[in-house]
Amino acid sequence: MSRAERPLSPHLQVYRLQLTSVLSILHRVTGVVLGVGTLLLVWWLAAAAVGPECFTSAQAFIGSVIGRVLLLSWVWALFYHLCNGIRHLFWDAGVGYELTAFYRSGWAVVVVSVGLTLLAFVVGYASRGGS
Amino acid sequence: MSRLAPARGLGAAKKGVQHWWLQRVSAIALVPLLLWFTASITQLAGADHATVTAWLARPVVAVLLVLVLFAAFYHLKLGLEVVIEDYVHSACAKHAMLLASGFGCVLLGAIAVFSVLKIAF
Repeated sequence: MSRAERPLSPHLQVYRLQLTSVLSILHRVTGVVLGVGTLLLVWWLAAAAVGPECFTSAQAFIGSVIGRVLLLSWVWALFYHLCNGIRHLFWDAGVGYELTAFYRSGWAVVVVSVGLTLLAFVVGYASRGGS
Repeated sequence: MSRLAPARGLGAAKKGVQHWWLQRVSAIALVPLLLWFTASITQLAGADHATVTAWLARPVVAVLLVLVLFAAFYHLKLGLEVVIEDYVHSACAKHAMLLASGFGCVLLGAIAVFSVLKIAF
């Protein structure tokens, strides 16, 4: 029996992007991004264990422009995955399945994750003395 | 035996909902752990080696950080498995990636935990 190469559902190219589907795929994307980001955390911890010189170079990379951009994306990915993960846990408990609730919790995740990211950077810059 | 029979109970893989459940358990554990971790780590931005190692050497910090690392790398391993199983359909590539991601998580987790313990002791 030969199988025809038919397009498989979901037909992403004909769907208008919606908040629900975008947030859904972002949960996976941020999960994988965080996985890659653990390399930075492991480097930072291992460098601290090796000694001051190694740690200074790790800290210098994190403090560089590329490092700060990576850190910003990583911190947002972390807060997004954390907030949306809590949203998933409520669904697992059978709560929040009305369409209005989907949108309300979805926007809440967007706002709270961005807010926490900004807060983390304000605290971070304050700890560095503004530099 | 009908085709339904092997899917009942624990299912064809004989593991039932364990994978799904452990992903949730690690997620619940990570909620307070990550709130503590991010609140602490942001205050260490740009800190020097002495400050960071002094922080890591505190018993409460070392214990909580090891818990963060265990829960996070375990959760990452489970999550990557689901993603790989969903998108990689060739059996060979799928199993190679599952093995590689699993070993990668264990390796990174081991390096991170060892680093914390080395500083703590």
